[in-house]
Amino acid sequence: MTDESFLLNLVLWLPAVWGLVLLFMRGDDEPERKLARRMSLGMTAFVFVLSVIVFMGFDSDTADFQYVTEVPWLGPMEYKIGVDGISILFVMLTTMIMPLVILASWKVEKRVREYFAAFLILETLMIGVFVSLDLFLFYLFFEAGLIPMFLIIGIWGGQRRIYASFKFFLYTLLGSVLMLIAMLWLVIEAGTSDIVDLLNYTVASEPITVLGFDIAGGAQTLCWLAFFSSFAVKMPMWPVHTWLPDAHVEAPTAGSVVLAAILLKLGGYGFIRFNLPMFPIASHHLADFVFFLSVVAIIYTSLVALMQEDIKKLIAYSSVAHMGFVTMGIFAANQQGVDGAIFQMISHGFISGALFLCVGVIYDRMHTREIKFYGGLVTRMPVFASIFLLFTMGNVGLPGTSGFVGEFLTMMGAFKANTYAAFFAATGVILSAGYALWLYRRVVFGTIENPALENIEDMSKREIGIMIPLIAATLFFGIYANAAIDVFSPSVENLLDGYYAAVGTPESIVIAAGEGAPAPASSH
Amino acid sequence: METLNLLAAGPELILAAGAIILLMFGVFTKGESAAVTTLWLAVGVLVLAGIFAYAQTGDTEYAFGGVFVSDGVSRFANVFMFFGSAVVLILSRDYMIRAKSMLFEFPVLVLFAVLGMAMMVSSADLISLYVGLELQSLSLYVLAAFRRDSTRSTEAGLKYFVLGALSSGLLLYGSSFVYGYAGSTEFVAIAERLKDGDAGVGFLIGLALVIAGLAFKISAAPFHMWTPDVYEGAPTPITAFFATAPKVAASVLLVRVLYGAFGEVADHWWQIIWFLSAASMLVGGVAAIGQTDIKRLMAYSSIGHMGFAMLGLAAGTAKGAESVLIYLAIYLVMNIGVFAFILSMRRDGVHVTKIDDLAGLWKADGLSTFCLGVLMFSLAGIPPLAGFWAKFYVFQAAVDAGLIWLLIVAVAGTVISCFYYLRIVKIMVFDDPADAFDGPMLIENRLTLFGSAVLVFIFVVGGLGVPEMAAEAASVFAK
Repeated sequence: MTDESFLLNLVLWLPAVWGLVLLFMRGDDEPERKLARRMSLGMTAFVFVLSVIVFMGFDSDTADFQYVTEVPWLGPMEYKIGVDGISILFVMLTTMIMPLVILASWKVEKRVREYFAAFLILETLMIGVFVSLDLFLFYLFFEAGLIPMFLIIGIWGGQRRIYASFKFFLYTLLGSVLMLIAMLWLVIEAGTSDIVDLLNYTVASEPITVLGFDIAGGAQTLCWLAFFSSFAVKMPMWPVHTWLPDAHVEAPTAGSVVLAAILLKLGGYGFIRFNLPMFPIASHHLADFVFFLSVVAIIYTSLVALMQEDIKKLIAYSSVAHMGFVTMGIFAANQQGVDGAIFQMISHGFISGALFLCVGVIYDRMHTREIKFYGGLVTRMPVFASIFLLFTMGNVGLPGTSGFVGEFLTMMGAFKANTYAAFFAATGVILSAGYALWLYRRVVFGTIENPALENIEDMSKREIGIMIPLIAATLFFGIYANAAIDVFSPSVENLLDGYYAAVGTPESIVIAAGEGAPAPASSH
Repeated sequence: METLNLLAAGPELILAAGAIILLMFGVFTKGESAAVTTLWLAVGVLVLAGIFAYAQTGDTEYAFGGVFVSDGVSRFANVFMFFGSAVVLILSRDYMIRAKSMLFEFPVLVLFAVLGMAMMVSSADLISLYVGLELQSLSLYVLAAFRRDSTRSTEAGLKYFVLGALSSGLLLYGSSFVYGYAGSTEFVAIAERLKDGDAGVGFLIGLALVIAGLAFKISAAPFHMWTPDVYEGAPTPITAFFATAPKVAASVLLVRVLYGAFGEVADHWWQIIWFLSAASMLVGGVAAIGQTDIKRLMAYSSIGHMGFAMLGLAAGTAKGAESVLIYLAIYLVMNIGVFAFILSMRRDGVHVTKIDDLAGLWKADGLSTFCLGVLMFSLAGIPPLAGFWAKFYVFQAAVDAGLIWLLIVAVAGTVISCFYYLRIVKIMVFDDPADAFDGPMLIENRLTLFGSAVLVFIFVVGGLGVPEMAAEAASVFAK
């Protein structure tokens, strides 16, 4: 372990260590609560600073893993962590969102120490997913994250918290255990659980027969499906997205923010890290399948979002739609598509996180999330109205916000790979404008008709403070997208080189995919 | 091979001598305090035997003319069984005194049962297998009915006895078939006879009956019917005992019979184990969902866990045997921790076992809730806890052997069983507090609960040496 890699270990473990300290602290009176809040904020902010230092020392010209720590662990496994261009940004996203989440939870009064402990431990587990370079270490972090999130929804959640927490846990577990079996097979086959080595390992793809069905792509396809079952649930993709609206609605504000901003990204990260480079032939075979699911997700969940009466549920469904763009971009398997998918995930982290925080702001005041209850907030809450507007626009994908870049790039990538997919996905952009603007109109514009709203207060300094970094990030990446793209594009390029080496050159793919698609269909 | 070689059977001799001396001691003393002394002495005997077993060298040694074997597997099982039983004995002291059942026969019977188990895991012959098994079973029947004044305890004992006798009969009948076709009761000789992989019909009938008999002992579905009733009816410390050491002993015995005697005809038995494993995982998962009594729930939980352990067994490889041993060790530690808590569930001096009694435990006792929560997540097999690694190793062995369909069942079993472990966590952590338990928890229960939670938690760091130990032990099965 070099001095440098020690830094990444600190970023990874400090939150959990502090979370355990909090858990075993004594007392639950006001002074201890205050201490717990302040120390949690301090620790997450410190971790963010550390991750910035890591980022400063990160060399974004190469696709290699950096800050690598390698220590022997149980049996043939290794404790191996490190970051490349793709994972570093997710680590940064996590460390940046967490202090804001802590700050947004300032008013929590129920079991305060446990609350912050759960979030801090969750932070470690999420960072762990992004930095793991051992397959089983990855699985460990991926799965262990269920425990704190289960508790967060179940203890601090709303009315139907128990139903939502169980649904969340069991849904995700089912997919993950299937993935575990594929991982075990893969590791026995390849003889190593080191992700870096596995990325260079070619999994057998000779067709095989299962129950009388011929499986093109053979073992690769089966492994791909097993990994897919886990990440698709996590993502979540249609039709296994139904846990998400429940979990979002019942989770406390901070839980929703973490869920939308970071936990959903674990699925997309998994696709990019495992499905695409490790099983390229299967990815190639199944790309159309993913496009289909993505397009259905984009259109169907956008329509569902239109009809929601609960603000959080509406945003939850819009998240599913946006994740549809991500999966479409990833399996377009070209530079724009994958770049766009990663960018969309980062940007969605800021925007959806901020939207849930906005909902939290009015929920804290009125204790309801029903759209009908609100209306005319602009007269009492001008600051809130403008901030909410900015993020609504980001959600719609207005140029100038980071939401635009991601959607545009993924659609461009998809257009190259499958014109139909891009065509239908584009309708999702219109629909998203529909539900987002309609929501905004119903909540913010008009006159106050509900007497309960007449004395509603505008955002406090703390609440505005939470929003400022998110506003800055949304605008900054919207205007200067290359700041992020330059970091991960070498890694993406490297990933795609491997992919093309396995399935053929990009030109031949375009031709193959475009055979059935008349070119003019997309020109208008 | 034809020698007595008493040293190889050292731990068993310590147990036997200890049990007999304590029996005499009990006969000539009177009163509860003497019984408590007997209990502590029995703990001492178990620890002594455990240390002896741990210190034995790694070679395979035969004793008593080849019917008794001391090798890595028996040592591994002995160490965990002896120390596990010692802990259960310590935990049961308070309960037995409160129940006015603290008689000197209790620790002595436990010692005899453990001796039987030690014989089982060391048996190298069908006769010694049967003798060990019966010694264990008869002691357990008596223990199940130990509270003579309680109808449920007596019922549990009787039920266990009748069904246990049936299974012993099956086992014995099967053994006679095997003897008839192999011409010997020694495992080595049976394996030699089966060398060409050709087993006749009579052999297969014998094999099936032997497996059925043993499946009964580890309460694998569909031979599990007795388990919930006996677990519920028996006094709780005895339930704790049932759920730990005897399960290890019977599973190791199954490994020994299948790998040692019938290793050459694995093609014939792996389907039986396949079915037992799949059925146990599903029954253990589905049937536990509706339970309201935590002892019954733990009964179904143990059925499910035996199913997972047999997943490794169905692999039929040395790696499979290794994974079974790891699974059993982790299972033992988790269960002792859970029962340490169940034993301390008392309200107004009355022992309660309803799951709902745990409601809102976090408020009254945060640390215990945390520990019990860790154990529940571990039993459910969520990483990074030890229960996950137990599943990890058996899954690995099963993947290696290509048992994909069984693994699919295992996935379903994992998710279904996860539900009821989560339910316990939910009741403890999410629900509004019920009345508090009588406090404070006894120091031995607290230490055991805390200790097993810590072990389960830190297993991830380096496996605590268990995987290495198991690998060394299972190397005797390597072909």
